[in-house]
Amino acid sequence: MKIRVLVAKVGLDGHDRGAKVLARFLRDAGFEVIYTGLHRTPQEVARAAVDEDVDVVGVSLLSGAHIPLVPRIIQYIREYGGNPDEMLIVVGGTIPHDDFPKLRDAGVDGIFIPGTPISEIIKFIKEKLPEKKKGGK
Amino acid sequence: MGELTEKIREKKREWEKECLEPWLSKCEREVKNFETLSGIEISNVYDPFDIEHLDFLRDIGYPGEFPFTRGVYPTMYRGRLWTMRLFSGFGTAEDTNRRWKMLLEEGETGLSTAFDFPTLMGLDSDDPLADGEVGKCGVAIDTLKDFEILFDGIPLNKVSTSFTINPPAGIILAMYTAIGDMQKVPRDKVRGTIQNDMFKEFHAQNTIVLPPEPSLKIIVDIFEWGIKNVPKFNLISISGYHIREAGSTAVQELAFTIADGMAYVEAAMERGIDIDKLAPQLSFFFNAHNDFFEEIAKFRASRRMWAKIMKDYGAKDPRSWWMKFHVQTAGCSLTAQQPLNNIVRVTIQALAAVLGGCQSLHTNSFDEAWALPSEEAVRVALRTQQLIAYESGVANVVDPLGGSYYVEWLTDKIERLAWKYIERIREMGNGSMVKGVLKGIENGFFVREISDSAARYQREIEEGSRIIVGVNKFRIEEDLKIPLLKVDPEVQRRQIERLRRVKKERDNKVLKENLEWIRSCCENNENVMPAVFEAVKSYASVGEIMGTFKQVYGTYRKPIII
Amino acid sequence: MNVEEIVEGVTKGNRKLLAKAISYVENEHPNSKEILRRLYPRTGNAHVVGITGFPGVGKSTIVSKLTEEFRRRGKSVGIVAVDPSSPFTGGALLGDRLRLEGADVSKNLWLDEKVFFRSMGSRGRLGGIAKKTGDVVKLLDSAKYEIILVETVGAGQSEVGVLEVADTVVVILMPETGDDIQVNKAGILEIGDIFVINKADLGGAENVERWIKYMLSLDEETVMELSKLSHAEESRLMERLRWKKPVLKTIADRGVGIKELANEIEKHYEVLKKNGVLQKKRNERAKISAIEIAIEEIRAEIVRRYKSLLDGEIDPYTVADKIVKEVLRC
Repeated sequence: MKIRVLVAKVGLDGHDRGAKVLARFLRDAGFEVIYTGLHRTPQEVARAAVDEDVDVVGVSLLSGAHIPLVPRIIQYIREYGGNPDEMLIVVGGTIPHDDFPKLRDAGVDGIFIPGTPISEIIKFIKEKLPEKKKGGK
Repeated sequence: MGELTEKIREKKREWEKECLEPWLSKCEREVKNFETLSGIEISNVYDPFDIEHLDFLRDIGYPGEFPFTRGVYPTMYRGRLWTMRLFSGFGTAEDTNRRWKMLLEEGETGLSTAFDFPTLMGLDSDDPLADGEVGKCGVAIDTLKDFEILFDGIPLNKVSTSFTINPPAGIILAMYTAIGDMQKVPRDKVRGTIQNDMFKEFHAQNTIVLPPEPSLKIIVDIFEWGIKNVPKFNLISISGYHIREAGSTAVQELAFTIADGMAYVEAAMERGIDIDKLAPQLSFFFNAHNDFFEEIAKFRASRRMWAKIMKDYGAKDPRSWWMKFHVQTAGCSLTAQQPLNNIVRVTIQALAAVLGGCQSLHTNSFDEAWALPSEEAVRVALRTQQLIAYESGVANVVDPLGGSYYVEWLTDKIERLAWKYIERIREMGNGSMVKGVLKGIENGFFVREISDSAARYQREIEEGSRIIVGVNKFRIEEDLKIPLLKVDPEVQRRQIERLRRVKKERDNKVLKENLEWIRSCCENNENVMPAVFEAVKSYASVGEIMGTFKQVYGTYRKPIII
Repeated sequence: MNVEEIVEGVTKGNRKLLAKAISYVENEHPNSKEILRRLYPRTGNAHVVGITGFPGVGKSTIVSKLTEEFRRRGKSVGIVAVDPSSPFTGGALLGDRLRLEGADVSKNLWLDEKVFFRSMGSRGRLGGIAKKTGDVVKLLDSAKYEIILVETVGAGQSEVGVLEVADTVVVILMPETGDDIQVNKAGILEIGDIFVINKADLGGAENVERWIKYMLSLDEETVMELSKLSHAEESRLMERLRWKKPVLKTIADRGVGIKELANEIEKHYEVLKKNGVLQKKRNERAKISAIEIAIEEIRAEIVRRYKSLLDGEIDPYTVADKIVKEVLRC
């Protein structure tokens, strides 16, 4: 089964280098990658995640606005009938350590700081996704 | 001369055979092809033959003289050190004003404003799209009221201020000018810079509101107005920094920046602006990345290229040939892992900027892969510049690397590669740089070039052929809890409250007239700046003015190429 | 999730279950055929429009603008956008969704309840669509989306696959669309019902227009000749004789020409519906699709049953003969 990944940019921050490079590398690793483009609202990202029935939602932010934007994405996925507990939710960007617990509490599975090799992210998805899927059911 | 050359040539052959060859087989390093960070292949050692084709007087010369390879001023840092300008801003105007005063007390010599994302995108703090982002990544500015607080106790005739802002650049310039008037500073003493470079937003940084053509129109409006009203103010900072941050090579950074610069100058001349009037109010902004000599060569090449270009465009005043530029160390090179290593990275990068002859410099703080910098981290960043300036001795001689076989060869090489790109862009526009750049924006040329380079760089890291210390080599288990700056979550509420108060207290009739005036300028293709200036003084918000632009010109989403 | 639950969800307009059903179909989940069988009686109401053309002509932008236009006309819109999967890794970058208008326009298509967008990787199939695109269209149809836009891969190859799913095929061109020969080779003149020259503000639009019209007139003459022969494919001919293929100009970024395009799309549908051409077309498609499903199952069965034979050392021709004989007997 193909793993479908939504790579999302949320909020006003326009730094898309990381998101685009990630999208390319995930494709090369055999994933089906849906890229949202820039400046999406949490609702838009959630809607895409549900309609595209993705297995992984990857959010990239360098604006420091991960709180409240990421928890909101998760909340809207639920609101739109999706089940974030069955999806792997990962966040990458400039995320201060103090915010890690808040994101984890909101349902984020993985947090990747700048400089993380993409191979690590791929490994994380391949390892954690089956567990998450099982847990969801 | 001929005899000497022959002697050297003979010596070289002998050296290669008898000295070098036996050592080559003993090389222990795994690297087989040595190249610069941008992929330029480089030799083991350089000698006079590598720069044989260069002419000292034509290509290198003396600082302060055409083609300015060695610096725009004859005395460079002996006369005056570069401006130490740290990009900073967060929270409300009060928060930022406090941070600025601390920096000035610590010996900073110029201010540089970081705005929050809503302001950068021309949205008010109470816009639904701004929710969660007010004051997060910079200071929130809605109206002139915020500017009055921001510059409280900061005399505009003593300190120059740089504003990293693009779609609303004209609005910010109008606010700054208004503050100058309030402080009764003569207009020709008002110094500073607005970034105002939309082309690189389309290429790389993505702070985009209006479509390319009207964006360019407003930029030229700002030129026209600024030349008359604030003659000492840099009306644009033509930026390669963000192009590099988005993943380009040094050559692409240089080529695209210069191409953009040419397009702006051509657009201004088409409007009938005197090139010698405009030139002194242009400035540039480059990145200082990890490859020390490549960066120095890039800075030297950029000055030489721009001097030739401006001369070719018919600029008469030698000052018009100067390329003055600001440098920021590469944000994208900072690592979250082992953050103290970043201090060393920044030092090397800053040194390259100084040896490359920059006019002002921002050094990144070591904690910026995590958050906006803490006070302690900013202090170290500033001290890094002060150490270079006062302790290292590198500022004592102008262009100390001039004449280095390697640096001169690389300067020339980078220049040649950059010209190739520029020619390609000119061809896309059938001889017009304005059309070429617009075409490249429309068909995704710039974005594709940059994305491909970014992917190549990442691939090298993944494969381990490019080593990033602490990331893919020399890793440790570490406790990454470092003290970081926290922006008060109350900022958004406070900012919205202030905006509401301002909107209630201002004369809304005058305001309406001014916004109408802006609209009519847009519709009738007149210069918008006089109307923007009046609107700002009547406390129109950034969102209201940008909103008027949007109503006439529409908005724009650029083609995204992954 | 069981078949019952999904079928009921899809017919009641539950997006989440529609999304799941599509995944089941795409991944050839054991339940997928049953889901499709149960939903089939509810299909046939949607107008399926294929959007095809070379890379970079603005297909996604046109899809977005058409969606906006059909929404304005009160119709619900389903979109299936296909992008190429890598033949080596199976990975795919599905980047069409980002063209859909979002945040800063008053009508946000991302959040519109009556718009459903789904991206698909071609997953090894050629011809511009994915193997399961037709079935996904069926699902959207049964979920009562009135207009279904199918955006093909657009790799510049012959995208005839779109004929298998679409009632109306729109071919997008632009000035500077390569050379004429390339267009001829791609066979787009035959597959298109409506031709659009997008980015018409660029120089050379008139040339492309003139050339397409000329080629179409030649094509029409051929059709007239063919109609005199008795063995020509009937429904296709009937369609062609009643429909003169229009050539339109658009500047999709600015919405220019989109209304006219939507009009032509609707007009074509009316022509198809009259005289039963549409029904004939769909019947033919259903026939082909039945055969294909059967072949696929037989293939899977053969692979299962004759695994050991295939591993043997006999030549492939003898093995094939043996298999065919046995399979046909049972």
